[in-house]
Amino acid sequence: MPTFGNAQLKLLERLCNVVAVSGDEAEVRKIVLEEVKPYADEVKVDALGNVLVTKFGRARGEKRMRVMLDAHMDEVGFMIVADDGEGIYRFETVGGMDVRHLVGKQVFVGRECIPGVIGAKPVHLMSPEERTKKVQIDVLRVDVGPAGKAKVGDRAGFATKFRRVGPSILSKSIDDRIGVATLIELVKHAPSNIDLCAAFTVQEEIGLRGAKVAAYYFNPDLAIAIDSTPARDLPVFDGGENMTYNTKLGLGPAIYIADGSTLHDPRLVRFLQETAEAEKVPYQIRQPGGGGTDSGAIQRSLAGIPAVSVSVPHRYTHSPISISRVDDWKNTINLLHAALKRVTPSLITIR
Amino acid sequence: MTDVLPFLKSLVSVSGLSSFETPVARIIEEKWRPLVDEVSISRVGSLHGLKKGSGASPRPSVMIAAHMDAIGMSVSKITDGFLHITNIGGIDVRVLPGAAVNVHASGSGEELPAVIAMPPANLLPESVGDGVVGINYLLVDTGLTPREVEKKVRVGDQISFANEAMVLAGDVISGHSLDNRASIAALTVCLQELQSKAHLWDVWATATVQEEITYLGAYSSAFELRPQIAVAVDGTFAKGPGANGWQTFQMGKGVGLCFGPNMHPFLHKKLKELAEKLEIAWFLDVTPAHSSTDAFPMQTTAEGIPTALVEFPFRYMHTPVEMVSVKDVYRAGRLLAEFVASLDADFMDSIAWE
Repeated sequence: MPTFGNAQLKLLERLCNVVAVSGDEAEVRKIVLEEVKPYADEVKVDALGNVLVTKFGRARGEKRMRVMLDAHMDEVGFMIVADDGEGIYRFETVGGMDVRHLVGKQVFVGRECIPGVIGAKPVHLMSPEERTKKVQIDVLRVDVGPAGKAKVGDRAGFATKFRRVGPSILSKSIDDRIGVATLIELVKHAPSNIDLCAAFTVQEEIGLRGAKVAAYYFNPDLAIAIDSTPARDLPVFDGGENMTYNTKLGLGPAIYIADGSTLHDPRLVRFLQETAEAEKVPYQIRQPGGGGTDSGAIQRSLAGIPAVSVSVPHRYTHSPISISRVDDWKNTINLLHAALKRVTPSLITIR
Repeated sequence: MTDVLPFLKSLVSVSGLSSFETPVARIIEEKWRPLVDEVSISRVGSLHGLKKGSGASPRPSVMIAAHMDAIGMSVSKITDGFLHITNIGGIDVRVLPGAAVNVHASGSGEELPAVIAMPPANLLPESVGDGVVGINYLLVDTGLTPREVEKKVRVGDQISFANEAMVLAGDVISGHSLDNRASIAALTVCLQELQSKAHLWDVWATATVQEEITYLGAYSSAFELRPQIAVAVDGTFAKGPGANGWQTFQMGKGVGLCFGPNMHPFLHKKLKELAEKLEIAWFLDVTPAHSSTDAFPMQTTAEGIPTALVEFPFRYMHTPVEMVSVKDVYRAGRLLAEFVASLDADFMDSIAWE
């Protein structure tokens, strides 16, 4: 049984504070490799940069199920695309971001983590009409200081520092470092009844690309994507009831039923619910809707793979600071660990 | 010359919103105390550091003023643990979504780290759509439960920007509240220079309150201290992304000497001549009417005070990533010190109109 305490939070802090924009996941990959190597039977870094870890079960006799667990290493961010001179650079977003979160934020640029800021025209110099218009990305710049040298092609990410506050975590990239940290814990405490196939994937934020080849490599019997999903549990402006909250902080891990790219395997959904109820782990159902996780790519791989998705809820998706509850994370680890121990071939038998 | 950067960093590591300047005033007082003969605090909270001149008593005095207050927000309402906010000073609402802030919780006396949340479109009126979300729709989230928030936070509590300053390549610093803490650093450089420079006049280094709202500090301190002349130190606009008009200047390439109705032309001329003589890089900044600085109130205090304005260029004014060149801070400080030292006993008689 995984324990939960300071060590786990420290690991999450390390994972959240590094920058690993889709396509350049090196900083997270380093931490993952360092953490899992002592526990893994096989470790492979594949052609796209996925870290693929196998931990064989010890149970004999009955066929051991190959269970793929997936968490993506990449985060949304920026790529420097042009040099305007004197330390000022144009950039494009990598992954789905709302440009309204960018003005006036601090960033780290490139592998050397050069400090910079995202600047825009001062409000004093704007016409009243300009002030009410949404900022467009083509007027924004990354400024690393007049003597600063970034390179076209460098990635950049928010410079937010991880913080613990009361029951919560405030950090960038909770999506999906909280999944990566969860998966590291599960590798460290893999139950012996299954072959655990852990995929730390790349490029989720730009189209679930790492998961597609990871699923092909592992050829698992079933798969669970571990991600972080938006909690839109804020008050409605007019005081009305919030009907479209997606998930709520504090109610436990969110089990997916359906999203924009997947109808999650009903056997696995039911299995997770039964596990949570038997083990008295709180959980919630993510409101069916749009969005998607790596489970979409995995489900469509090979001859089809039964797949489900479990997420730790967070507020303020793809913004400089997201918020999650520590207890939701702890309960996600507990639910998944309990579920893995209960996996048997009959789980996905077609009757 | 001691390095002013660590002091400047400490100045922008604390809050000190307009009318709540105490946290920054304490840091300034500690720094100035060994550099001046007397420190006092005005009735409304401005900090006065008097460095006495060597002239015969009664001595004339020059007031050098920079405001220490910063823009920010305060709590206007609490709903389910989320804080509704309103602005203190001229906030650029576009920079708020996703900004790191501290909530100064008066119920518990804590500084609570928090984030400014832009609610998703489905929780906002349709008219907002994906446009600029007004401050009345933004929320602040502390990550605490509604019960904890109710216990700790009250309507009216201040909210200040919380990002740490960054030192960037090329001798520049970026952070919140550099407007106008960078000018406080320039005043400090001036006081340091004056330790080894003879001056006949008394100097009142003044850190004013509430410039961003009503200029309360500059009005009241100019009245109380009644200097013969006054110099305001503040920021102007640097050239940068989206800023290239006639009001903008190269950052790191010199101090601005402001010319316009808020400034006495004779003082302007003196500063210009001094900068030329000392080879301190400078540029002319013209303001046709209101300079929007402490120079405006000081000039019309009591029977009127001849006033000048020294500035340096800021990028990204009124955002949490304001940027300023440390070189310009030194230049301004040095020019101010030289100006003070140049004031002779009959300077006032030499001030002439045509």
